Amino acid sequence: MRHWPKILILLLSLLFTQTDVAIAGDDSLHQIQVLLISNNFVEKTQAVSLLALHSHPRTEEILKAFLEGELYYRKSDKLLLIAKKQGRQYSISDALTGDELGVVKKREIKKIRSNNALRKKIRIVLARKELNSVDPTVRYQAVNAMLGNPDVGITSQLQDRLKLERDQKVRNILELALAITRLEGGEKEDRLSAVAAVSGSLEPVIRSKLESIVVDDPIEEVRVAAKESLNKISAKLQFYSFLETLFFGLSLGSVLVLAAIGLAITFGVMGVINMAHGELIMLGAYTTYVIQKAMPEFIGVSILFAIPAAFIVSGLVGILIEQTVIRHLYGRALETLLATFGISLILQQAVRSIFSPLNRSVVTPDWMSGSLEINSVLSLTYNRLYIIFFCLLVFVILFLILKRTSLGLQVRAVTQNRAMARAMGVRSSWVDAMTFGLGSGIAGVAGVALSQLTNVGPNLGQAYIVDSFMVVVFGGVGNLAGTLISGFSLGIANQFLEPWVGAVLAKIFILIFIILFIQKRPRGLFPQKGRSAEG
Amino acid sequence: MIKQTLRSMLDRTQVYDFMVPSVADELDLSHGTILYLEGITVSFDGFKAIDDLNLYIDAGELRCIIGPNGAGKTTMMDVITGKTKPDAGSAWFGQRMNLLRMSEAEIAVAGIGRKFQKPTVFENHTVFENLELAMSSNKNVFPTLFASLSSEQCDHIDEVLGIIGLNEQVKKEAGFLSHGQKQWLEIGMLLVQKAELLLVDEPVAGMTHQEMDRTAELLRTLAGTQSVVVVEHDMDFVRSLESPVTVLHQGHVLAEGSMEDIQNDQRVIDVYLGGH
Amino acid sequence: MFIMRILKNDPGGQILMSLLLIALLVVPVLNLVVPESSALHLSTYSVTLLGKYLTYALLAVAVDLVWGYLGILSLGHAAFFALGGYAMGMYLMRQIGDRGVYGNPVLPDFMVFLNYTELPWFWQGFDMFWLATIMIVLVPGVLAYVFGWLAFRSRVTGVYLSIITQALTYALMLAFFRNEMGFGGNNGLTDFKDLLGFDLHADSTRIGLFIASALALGFGYLVCRAIVKSKLGRVAVAIRDAEDRTRFIGYRVEYVKLALFTFSAALAGIAGALYVPQVGIINPGEFSPLNSIEVVIWVAVGGRGTLYGAAAGAVLVNYAKTYFTGAFPEVWLFALGALFVLSTLYLPKGLVGVLKRQRASS
Repeated sequence: MRHWPKILILLLSLLFTQTDVAIAGDDSLHQIQVLLISNNFVEKTQAVSLLALHSHPRTEEILKAFLEGELYYRKSDKLLLIAKKQGRQYSISDALTGDELGVVKKREIKKIRSNNALRKKIRIVLARKELNSVDPTVRYQAVNAMLGNPDVGITSQLQDRLKLERDQKVRNILELALAITRLEGGEKEDRLSAVAAVSGSLEPVIRSKLESIVVDDPIEEVRVAAKESLNKISAKLQFYSFLETLFFGLSLGSVLVLAAIGLAITFGVMGVINMAHGELIMLGAYTTYVIQKAMPEFIGVSILFAIPAAFIVSGLVGILIEQTVIRHLYGRALETLLATFGISLILQQAVRSIFSPLNRSVVTPDWMSGSLEINSVLSLTYNRLYIIFFCLLVFVILFLILKRTSLGLQVRAVTQNRAMARAMGVRSSWVDAMTFGLGSGIAGVAGVALSQLTNVGPNLGQAYIVDSFMVVVFGGVGNLAGTLISGFSLGIANQFLEPWVGAVLAKIFILIFIILFIQKRPRGLFPQKGRSAEG
Repeated sequence: MIKQTLRSMLDRTQVYDFMVPSVADELDLSHGTILYLEGITVSFDGFKAIDDLNLYIDAGELRCIIGPNGAGKTTMMDVITGKTKPDAGSAWFGQRMNLLRMSEAEIAVAGIGRKFQKPTVFENHTVFENLELAMSSNKNVFPTLFASLSSEQCDHIDEVLGIIGLNEQVKKEAGFLSHGQKQWLEIGMLLVQKAELLLVDEPVAGMTHQEMDRTAELLRTLAGTQSVVVVEHDMDFVRSLESPVTVLHQGHVLAEGSMEDIQNDQRVIDVYLGGH
Repeated sequence: MFIMRILKNDPGGQILMSLLLIALLVVPVLNLVVPESSALHLSTYSVTLLGKYLTYALLAVAVDLVWGYLGILSLGHAAFFALGGYAMGMYLMRQIGDRGVYGNPVLPDFMVFLNYTELPWFWQGFDMFWLATIMIVLVPGVLAYVFGWLAFRSRVTGVYLSIITQALTYALMLAFFRNEMGFGGNNGLTDFKDLLGFDLHADSTRIGLFIASALALGFGYLVCRAIVKSKLGRVAVAIRDAEDRTRFIGYRVEYVKLALFTFSAALAGIAGALYVPQVGIINPGEFSPLNSIEVVIWVAVGGRGTLYGAAAGAVLVNYAKTYFTGAFPEVWLFALGALFVLSTLYLPKGLVGVLKRQRASS
């Protein structure tokens, strides 16, 4: 309250110059109003402090409006307003009473501007008010917002609150907040106990506080304790960053597996090199886009419709490719490769002509955005989590189809001995078409997943084709489980390499690794067994 | 232990493993045996295609190998020619060449020729070219690039063409030959290769009776100067070769002896001949 | 006479050589002597275009040598082409000297821009033409040798080999896109001024480059033809048709493959080196897997396993590309895609095969 004299002077000067100011409520409210309207941020800060101490029932609303840039005053009478934009006009209400005052034009009112420092201050003030909220999560967030924002006046409030607090989570964070204040100001014993109390906490604030203690604290013992505590924290941090990288690796691996697993069927089971596989993924992604456009009000469920739709679209295109081209090229692997590459060019140009060459963005439904916060340093985004689960789901379904259904039985029969299977009455050409359709459909489903992670564009498929081949080859051709393991290991390896060498080099290293790996084990990690595989 | 090592280091007759060349230059037949297979075991995912097989072929010998399907005949040939590496055992060509350390090409150059069960000739090459390619010569890259046929080599090819009866088809692409002609061409390729040891897998499949007789005649004449191992199913043909017979069963040697002995061997009758 | 012997029984090759000879004589005259107003005048733009096609034809011949005769479908030959191009580009960059935007006598502009203080070691000596010339064949050759040694020794064949050659060029593309590699990153090398002291923008230099390209194609064709006519060529075809069998009659299949693959890569490098001064730029896009696979389709359209068919296919397809991308840019990828599908389905032996069949039936 060092600014009181200055404010008084100001107040006086205002009284002399602006006699027409409406007197609202009592004097201190009037002061606040005047200070807020001022152009000087020091004065506005004073106003916020005053408001914080004031018992007016609407202080919270006013501060929140200020925080959100909705606090205005009327030019004619300097009345404080809360204004909400409505088209070109603003609907206003009296900030102090909450009375609706109708709709006005922009030029009749003026916004009260704030800056970062001010907003921070408002947040603390609000937090302090929220400290006494009935809702424990509100209290928790309030304390959390206060961490590292030293405010002398707050310590006692925190202590008071701690005495009353029942909720364990809130108690923990309260203790942490108090420990921080003790870290800064207290005696040697206080600081030591505080260092012990914060040990193991992952809050970034604590880390920076401890770091400054390690450097600045006058007492050796405290410095050593802080150092130890810091080491403990960084060990923990390392562990969590390891977990995070692993999670990223798994999610990248899932993308790779999804992209590759269709290929594992067409290439692995049928021996057909389908260079248009990436474009079948792309078709799946575009199907998602189209379905979202068709049902804009139901973005949340559109993706659930997109999955079967993409399966059908890509699957049908796949069957078409099989029937018109690949069927005529069985046993000529290199020619199949070239022809399907041509198809991939045609499909790319087709979507370029239909949807324009620009990238289309697919909206992520609400239930997929956001993240699961484990603690302050580790949070797992939902879309990545869903991708991992989705990948496993697709894998299990595919596995069941191949192991348990009659189509699966026929596919395996044709794979092992085409002539024999045909002699046993298996319609091998029908099985080929269905298998190819299945693999292509899975590619489409992968496209739905990818549309949630990257932009949907004509080159989407190209980006994944080399990767997917690598996954299949690395895992061992004709082995679904091998594809799963290989995709995950490559994804994880990539994520662990990235911090060391950068994204591009990581990718290059992985490619070189696989090239070298194929030299050693030409048939992949899990080669197909049996004499039939002998060349 | 150390003493032993020291002693062995001072022993002048000690020959270290790394000093023994894996590929000897010359075929050493000083002991009269051209092929040693000892304790060979090959398994595919737990299934033992060959189980502790021992087989010795003398220089100049003609030997027939018979056995039911899956007895391991073809796998044995694969081991000898370097296509399959066994899990255990040793295979020596003459006294000094360790077949297990040599590549297919090295083994072929060293003097083991093979005719496959399914005739595989180079279908886009003419009969003449097939023989030219197979002919013994320096088969490294640059000598091959600058190679041209000497008149001696041409004569040799002509001679072989006469033997295999393909004089008329000399400029025909091998892909257009009949099955029997392909068989003959492969035999011709073996001949021009001038191999010391010929491995002949089912040479008479798809041949007429006259051709079978000619083949038997040819193989008998080859024996003596070259060693020949014939794998065959056709018992009449085996009988006509009048040579010692080895019976393979479940990956190892069941019986060895003349055709007569074999036919009277109770074990053989049980597992093989008796089955018919 | 040696040439005559190589071309004996090779009518396609004879036609190709004659066409090249005619072009060598006629093109310079049409460009330099015939006045611009005349309808017969050949613009310098067209000459450069033709020169570019010829370098593509050489690349196609190199690919045909390993695909048509050895059965190795390389989806990475554009990498060797681009490496040769980069080696030439580095020489041309050094030739700019202090005429760059920043006027640094030693460092190319992009290095000044990226705050290099000195020339990286691998740029040393590239101001000397002879060294650049060696590098043009050495770098692609060594890469092909190392890659081939790894791949052929462990018997990676067929589509597996194709896929890892594609991975190779993909990895190189990613690498060259990085600024840290010291090859100009995304933008590559460009703004060349002159070659051996000749102004690259002068008509006469363009003609010179055209002649060099024609001679290189002629030379490349004759050497490849000599190889496939030799016994080594017959061994190569034997490997293509029955690799194991070739091994069992005593040929070291991996060495034959290694030798031809390396030679083919060096040839591709020469093609790339001639390509760069004519188009005036080399950037990492040249490494893109699409480029490599396009080369394969030139060969397939022309007729693989003939060499001259590959050269003809390269010129035809690229002429079509120039035409389509100019007139109907939308259609080009459709056309190219259709070309891939139709030529594999209906033209297994390419245009040469069609011509041969027609000749046989008439």
